[in-house]
Amino acid sequence: MTISIQRSHNNETQTYNVELENVTLLTVLNHIKTSLDPTLTYSHGCRSGVCGSCAVRVNGREQLMCEYKPSDGDEIEPIRNGRVIRDLVVDSSMVEQCNRAGLAWSEKTKEEGVSAKSMEQIETQSDCILCASCYSACPVYAANPNFMGPFTLTRVWRYVNDPRELNIESKMAAIQTNGIWDCTLCGACVPVCPQLIAPMQDIKMLRMKSGMLGYPDPTMSFGGGFDLGGWDF
Amino acid sequence: MSKVLIIGSGGAGLVSALSAHEAGAEVIVASKTLPTRSQTSMAQGGMNAALDCDDSVEAHIADTLKSSAGLGDESQIAFMCSKAPEAVRWCNRIGLPFSRNESGEIARRKLGGASAPRACYAQDYTGLKLLHTLYDQCLKAGVEFKNGRFLLNLITDREANRVLGATFLVIETGEVEEMRADAVIMATGGYGNLYGKHSTNSVQASGDGLAAAVRAGARLADMEFIQFHPTALKGSSILISESARGAGGYLLNANQERFTDELAPRDVVARAIHDEMAKGGIVYLDIRHLGEEFIERELPQERKLAQIYEGIDPVHELIPIKPSAHYSMGGIEVDAQCMSAVKGLFAVGECANHRTHGANRLGGNSLLELVVFGRECGRNASEYGEKYPAPLLENLQYAKDLNFVRGVMYFTNQIDFYQKQQMLANIFYNNVGLVRDDMGLKAVLGAIRQMQKELPFMGPRDKSKVCNTNLVEFIEFGNKIELAEIIVVSAISRVESRGAHYRIDAPVRNDTMFGAHTITWKEDGVLCADFIQ
Repeated sequence: MTISIQRSHNNETQTYNVELENVTLLTVLNHIKTSLDPTLTYSHGCRSGVCGSCAVRVNGREQLMCEYKPSDGDEIEPIRNGRVIRDLVVDSSMVEQCNRAGLAWSEKTKEEGVSAKSMEQIETQSDCILCASCYSACPVYAANPNFMGPFTLTRVWRYVNDPRELNIESKMAAIQTNGIWDCTLCGACVPVCPQLIAPMQDIKMLRMKSGMLGYPDPTMSFGGGFDLGGWDF
Repeated sequence: MSKVLIIGSGGAGLVSALSAHEAGAEVIVASKTLPTRSQTSMAQGGMNAALDCDDSVEAHIADTLKSSAGLGDESQIAFMCSKAPEAVRWCNRIGLPFSRNESGEIARRKLGGASAPRACYAQDYTGLKLLHTLYDQCLKAGVEFKNGRFLLNLITDREANRVLGATFLVIETGEVEEMRADAVIMATGGYGNLYGKHSTNSVQASGDGLAAAVRAGARLADMEFIQFHPTALKGSSILISESARGAGGYLLNANQERFTDELAPRDVVARAIHDEMAKGGIVYLDIRHLGEEFIERELPQERKLAQIYEGIDPVHELIPIKPSAHYSMGGIEVDAQCMSAVKGLFAVGECANHRTHGANRLGGNSLLELVVFGRECGRNASEYGEKYPAPLLENLQYAKDLNFVRGVMYFTNQIDFYQKQQMLANIFYNNVGLVRDDMGLKAVLGAIRQMQKELPFMGPRDKSKVCNTNLVEFIEFGNKIELAEIIVVSAISRVESRGAHYRIDAPVRNDTMFGAHTITWKEDGVLCADFIQ
C-alpha cells in the first residue's frame, strides 16, 4: 500500500510504501516511524479514540488515525486552522484559548433534583474529546481567526443545557462576540466529528436560548426592511 | 504565596492543581501533552463510593483491604473509602455528568471484587468526562498550563534532601527549561507502557516521573505489582471495560465453556484466562446475550473498538481477548501527606504508592484515589511551600541536562532502540507478566543490564531540534530501562505469591518473610532494595 504524507521541512508530500493490510492509519505511521523514517512526526496516545491526539486530514477529510483504516493512495495532511509545528503535529493552544473565551465550564451547580432524562440531554456533547477535527473543518477561520469555533460552542451548550447549572448568564454573554453569530451554519463540523456530535445544532440551540434571554440577533439587524419601514413614517 | 509545580496533567495532576490553587498557591502544571490527552481519558468503569443504605463505607474498606492481599494500609484505605461519597459529590458539583438511575440518583454498577454495586459512572466514559470536567475547572480557576514539556530531572539540594524544581525539554523548540518551585507534585501516571503492545495503556505511560524521582533520591514501593486487566482485545491490547463482565458478560474457553467466576478480583480472573489460553490457545468474552440495545447504551466504545481492531461485532460475535498490563500498583513511596522521601516532593495518583491498592487494585478505586488524594496532596504541597519556601540555590542540574540533550544527538545509533523497546515489551510480558519464576526473571534482568550498557550505542536518528519525537521516545526508553531493572529486582526478591505477583516457583503467600513493602532506592546510582513494614 502506498500512502503520501505532507512533510513540513520541505513542504512536500512524501510517499511511503508499506506492506500492511487491514490496520489503522496510526499502526501504519508507527511502522514507518520505528522502521523506515524516524523523522516522521505526529501525535498519538490512547490508540482507542478517546485522547483526541491523532486527528489528521485524509484526502481532505478529518479522521482520527487510530480509528481510520487507510487504503492505497491515501493522502495525509495536518488538520487546518492551527499552526503546524512539524509534519502532522499542530499547535493545540486553540483548545485553551477558545474554551477560556467561551467560559466553557461550570460556574455553580445545584446537586439535587435532576432526572436521568435531563442528564441524557448533555450526554453526547460531553463525549467531546477535543481532537479539533471540527475546528479544522470550519470555514469561518478564513474570515475570523478569533472565532470561538465549534468545539467551544458545543461545550458552552453542554454547560448551559446542564440541568444542574445555576449560572448561565456569563456564558451567554461571552458567546455573543466571536461566538454563535459568526457561525455560518454551513454544517461542515458535523460529519467530521468522531464522537457523532453536531456542533452546528448546538450553536442553533444557543442562538435560540440567546433570543429567549433578549439578546439581539445581529444577522437580522440590517437589510431586513423593518428599520427602513419605521423611519419613513 | 507558595509556588507549586505540578508535573503531569491527568486526573491526579488537575485535582491537585485545583486544590493547591484553592489553598492559595501559585500553580503551574507542566505536562508532555495537552491535559485532555492524558491517560485518565481512558478510564471507563467508574469511581467507587458507598452512596446509600444498600452499601457501606465498611464494606468498601473490607473489599479493598481483602483485594490488597496484606499490602494495603488499613488507615489509608479507611481514609480513602470514607472520603469517597464526598469525592463523588464534589465531582458532581463541579459538573461531571454522571449517568443516573430512574430516580435521578447517580447510577452505580458492580465491578469485580466488590460486594455491592458502587462504581459511579458516566456511560463507559467516566475517565474522559472526569478529566474534561477538571480541565474546564482549571481554566476557570486560571491555572497556568505549560504543555509540551517533557520532564528530564528534578532539581534537588542533595545535602538538605530538598526538591527545588525540575528541568524539562521543551518539545517544540528542543530547548531545556528550568522551573523552580517551593513544592513539586509528581502526577505523571504509571509505567504500563513498558509492556508495549501487551499493555492497555497510552503510549505516554512510560514512567518518566518515577524514574526522575528515584534519580533524585525518592524511594519507590512495591514496583513488582503490575495489574493485568483480564479482558483486552487479543490483537491490540485495547481495553474492554470490566463493566462488560459487571453487566453479565461471560468468559468462554476454546470449547466455548465458562471456566471461572467472571467477577472475582482481576488477578484471579487474569490468571484463570492465562491458564485457559495455555491449554486451548484462545479465550473469548461473550456479551451477545446482553442485547444490542444494552450494548449500544452502556458499552458503545467497546463495540466500536472491537469492530475496528478485531473486525467483529460483539452484538453477534465472540470477542477474542487476552490479559494485558493495565495498572501500576507500585509507585513513589509517600506518607499520609503524599510527600516522598525527598522534602517538598509530593506524588499522587498512579505514579505514587498511597498503599491503598496493595498487591491488587479493585476496579473503580483508581479514579477515586486520584480525587481523594489529589485534593489532599494539592493542599499539603501548598502549605508546605508556604511554610518552607525553597531557597534559590545555584544548581548544576540545568547545565547537566542541557549537556545531555546536546550530547545524546551524538550517540552512535549502531543499535536500533525501537527494536530493543519491542524486545523489552515481549520479555516483560512473557517473564515478568502474570506468571513468573526465578529463572525467567533473571534472564530478563540480564537483558536489561545489557540494554543499559548499550544505551550510548543507540540514540535518536532524527537530528532535528524542532519537535523531535524520536528524541522524546528515546529518553522515554531510557526511563523504562531504569524502571525495568527496579521492577525485576523487586520481583526476584519477593519469593512468594501475592495479588498480582504470582511466582510459579513459590506459589504460596508467605507473610513471615514477605508481609512487607518492597522498597527500592538509589545510593550513588546503585540500586538498593529491602523489605520494610
